[in-house]
Amino acid sequence: MDAGQFLSIFISAVFIYNVILSRFLGLCSFIAISKETKPALSMGLAVMFVTTMSSIITWVIYRYLLIPFGLTYLRTISFILVIAAFVQLVEMFIRKFAPPLYKFFGIYLPLITVNCAVLGVAVLNSDMFFVNNKAVAGSFSYSVFQGICVGIGYTLAMFLMSGIRERLELCNVPKSMKDFPLGFVIASLMGLAFMGFNGFKF
Amino acid sequence: MTDRKNNQAVTELIKGVIRENPIFVLALGLCPALAVSVSMTNGLGMGITATFVLLGSNIIISLIKKFIPAEIRIPCYIVVIATFVTIAEMTLKAYSPGLNRALGIYVPLIVVNCMVLGRAEAFASKNSVFSSILDGIGMGIGFTLALLLICGIREILGFGRFFNFLVIRGFEPILMIGLPAGALLVIGLLLGFFNLLKNHNK
Repeated sequence: MDAGQFLSIFISAVFIYNVILSRFLGLCSFIAISKETKPALSMGLAVMFVTTMSSIITWVIYRYLLIPFGLTYLRTISFILVIAAFVQLVEMFIRKFAPPLYKFFGIYLPLITVNCAVLGVAVLNSDMFFVNNKAVAGSFSYSVFQGICVGIGYTLAMFLMSGIRERLELCNVPKSMKDFPLGFVIASLMGLAFMGFNGFKF
Repeated sequence: MTDRKNNQAVTELIKGVIRENPIFVLALGLCPALAVSVSMTNGLGMGITATFVLLGSNIIISLIKKFIPAEIRIPCYIVVIATFVTIAEMTLKAYSPGLNRALGIYVPLIVVNCMVLGRAEAFASKNSVFSSILDGIGMGIGFTLALLLICGIREILGFGRFFNFLVIRGFEPILMIGLPAGALLVIGLLLGFFNLLKNHNK
């Protein structure tokens, strides 16, 4: 467990293997909600919160329930159920106790259950930080940190994209390329820029 | 009467291939489609796996649709889908470990594939078992064909190969098409192209 490892997780999760632009997770929400800056930012922050929390929860379940009982093949089912239940719980909780917060990102929360990024982080963590069903040293803190970084990467890509698309509203683009197709082409160019961090060595 | 029934069955089956193609028309299930689209072999493997999951979940959900309470239908669908994904994952691991490694985390991520959940919600929960089977097969074929189209373009341009065979001698592959950014570019241009055809026919 050292700072270099954390830095490399940060750079690779935010830039090189950005969830959206390189791993293609959460692409549907990325294209659908990135038309304006404000909702895009809310969605990004909501995803960041859920990826962080679900990294913690799924790590605990994987380490203390699935591995000791030899149930690792139930990984997919248990992760998605826990994430869905957690998101539901958070939604109910903030609706009751924090109405302004609910207004801020409440409507995006149900969407997050089926956001591939969240399940993707949980599966990635259990692939990367467990070797032969044993947690590597510092596995828990790496997992949580990776959860946060994936959320940051998602928010960053979402925010940049929404800024670009807001400006595009004023441009005259070919009819066939409007909306989705152009969105993908822009995402591709952004992906190329993010690849610039490739080759960093720590 | 039987003639009309047959016609209807054929319509159910082929609508997924062109008119309601999951990837190009409905824009569903994009994440796995783009992520694995580096080679035809991967694309075919992903297509078959997703078709299996879609078919299985369509059958089970249309069978039990009367017993599922409306408020918790989404978690119920997710459990059914996750079960089939786990079956597919274990089968792949046992009989084709190479392909399993190549598809990586995108096999468990079929659970949150919007295409599978979308068909469960929009079709299998409202229709008979027989039409759900046809819908599953049709959508699966449409998904696989669209995936193969993307894979074909990327494998030929990005690696100069087709099903791992060298096709063009002395062709310098376009590196960018093989990178994740290339996948986004290819799908953006393809969507634009299909829009152009649609607008032209109008």
